[in-house]
Amino acid sequence: MKELVVISGKGGTGKTSLTASFAALAGDAVIADCDVDASDLHLVLSPRALGVVEFRSGHEATIRSADCIACGICRDVCRYDAVRPVFRNGRKSHYAVDAIACEGCGVCVRFCPEHAIDFPERVCGEYRTGETRFGPMVYAQLGIGAENSGKLVSTVRKEARRIAEARGAQWILVDGPPGIACPVIASITGSSLALIAVEPTLSGIHDMLRVLELTRHFAVPTFVCVNKWELNPQMTEEIETAAQAAGVSLAGRIRYDRAVTDAQIRGITVVEYGGGAAEDIRAVWSTLAEVQDSRAAPAIMEV
Amino acid sequence: MIIAIASGKGGTGKTTIAANLAMCLQKPIRLLDCDVEEPNCHIFLKPDLDGSERATLPVPVINEKLCNNCGECGRMCQFNAIVSLKTKPLVFPSLCHGCGGCLRVCPTGAITEAEREIGTVETGTSHHVEFVQGRLDVGEAQSPPLIRAVKQRIAEEGVTIIDCPPGTSCPVIAAVKGCDYAVLVTESTPFGLHDLKLAVDTMRLLRLDFGVVINRTTSRDAMVREFCRKEHIPVLLEIPDDRRVAEAYSRGRLIVEAVPELRESFERLCSSVISRIQSHNAASPPCGGSAPGVS
Repeated sequence: MKELVVISGKGGTGKTSLTASFAALAGDAVIADCDVDASDLHLVLSPRALGVVEFRSGHEATIRSADCIACGICRDVCRYDAVRPVFRNGRKSHYAVDAIACEGCGVCVRFCPEHAIDFPERVCGEYRTGETRFGPMVYAQLGIGAENSGKLVSTVRKEARRIAEARGAQWILVDGPPGIACPVIASITGSSLALIAVEPTLSGIHDMLRVLELTRHFAVPTFVCVNKWELNPQMTEEIETAAQAAGVSLAGRIRYDRAVTDAQIRGITVVEYGGGAAEDIRAVWSTLAEVQDSRAAPAIMEV
Repeated sequence: MIIAIASGKGGTGKTTIAANLAMCLQKPIRLLDCDVEEPNCHIFLKPDLDGSERATLPVPVINEKLCNNCGECGRMCQFNAIVSLKTKPLVFPSLCHGCGGCLRVCPTGAITEAEREIGTVETGTSHHVEFVQGRLDVGEAQSPPLIRAVKQRIAEEGVTIIDCPPGTSCPVIAAVKGCDYAVLVTESTPFGLHDLKLAVDTMRLLRLDFGVVINRTTSRDAMVREFCRKEHIPVLLEIPDDRRVAEAYSRGRLIVEAVPELRESFERLCSSVISRIQSHNAASPPCGGSAPGVS
């Protein structure tokens, strides 16, 4: 079983449209949406939901106002500026924790002299399993302002692996998040293959080089493809040269095609919709499909 | 006055709006690039960077001579960054959130803190714009501490614009916290609309006043406009889908320079945002007691 993760560094370069098309082309894949902040893949793959699981991770501090003596120790020990006094009738009545600012470190809980701070598990979001027209899918939504997006990504990938193993699926296709920090690290570690979708812009090349450094750091075999390449052919050349200089392979170019947006509006994949970009995506997929899995010990890193 | 430029979805044009807005505002104006994973404002503003500081996060250091293997530090740590099983504690710096809990619970004073570098804060100027950006080290998982380090450079006078990371999770919260207004940038596609809704929910949860900029609009799609109308969200600006804009972006040029007729639109956006902040402040003066989001 091979696991392909589509990432980009910069957002909005076509990760989701590509992953959706690969799902249509692979035929025998489990699909995982790991862009847990803003997951969009389900808008195109329309999974029939089979189950929802609450995602709990870490804890959050909550002060029982009735037991609080307003001593302020909790505020003093908090390094995240998450504890604030609450005033009633112009007098400090008690302290309260801003749930969004709280990191769940538990220091205030431990040092409250009145033991007035509870520390329940935190619900950080949920993940769902579903069945699409191209195979099973796991997708998630992180709670707004929630921490631990990396752990939710790891959870989604593990669930996708479990399903893939049970079904003997050939592929796991992962729609990754933008950026280079914790959810991206959680998405790529232990993958067989990463595809970086780049647009031919100065921002695109800048961000590609940073995310390339990341895939090299975690030793994930990497391919690059330039999306909307003819918007700037010269920049496309530069990107491809830079990618090859960095030791990664090229997976092909995808032309600019309004059919990509039209397909999205119709809620179908680009290859189902057809057109020039669809042809290009097929060519990219056939390149990726030939890559042999060279993972030594595939493991998902916890961040 | 602090204005955040945010979005749920990536690649909708946050950086374009932030950089062009900064160029259209009068002095004193400061731009903070808080998209520290992929900072791109510098590509368009081409600032002369003359200051650079490493940003750090505190991590525990164990003095083994003082440690009595009691294991309190390991029990305190919620992040598995320090592990002690009746042994000398092992520290995993990359997992540490710098809460200082281990240090406080250690009964023998065996733990001190050292600084772990996570990225760089760079400063400079571009024309009349004071510029600050964070650049996260590649391989570093935690961006919020660096975002907070960048935000320590918020200007006391004039306008500060904050270019935020995409999404709705902790890095975005770190970037928009304490701002006076948020400009949510979206595109009129199903993905754009879906992620705009998440961004709107985020702003409402934070009780932050906001408006929307719709980028790359065409005559055929009205879904975002329709959503904003139903939700009573002001649409501050629509930028038409124009190949000249895309090409200017691709070459790292500012729209207000490459497509001069759009300069007026950006100037209108500036005055619209500023007057909204002023009228919002006049309507609800900041209260002294409890902070937003605290019950």
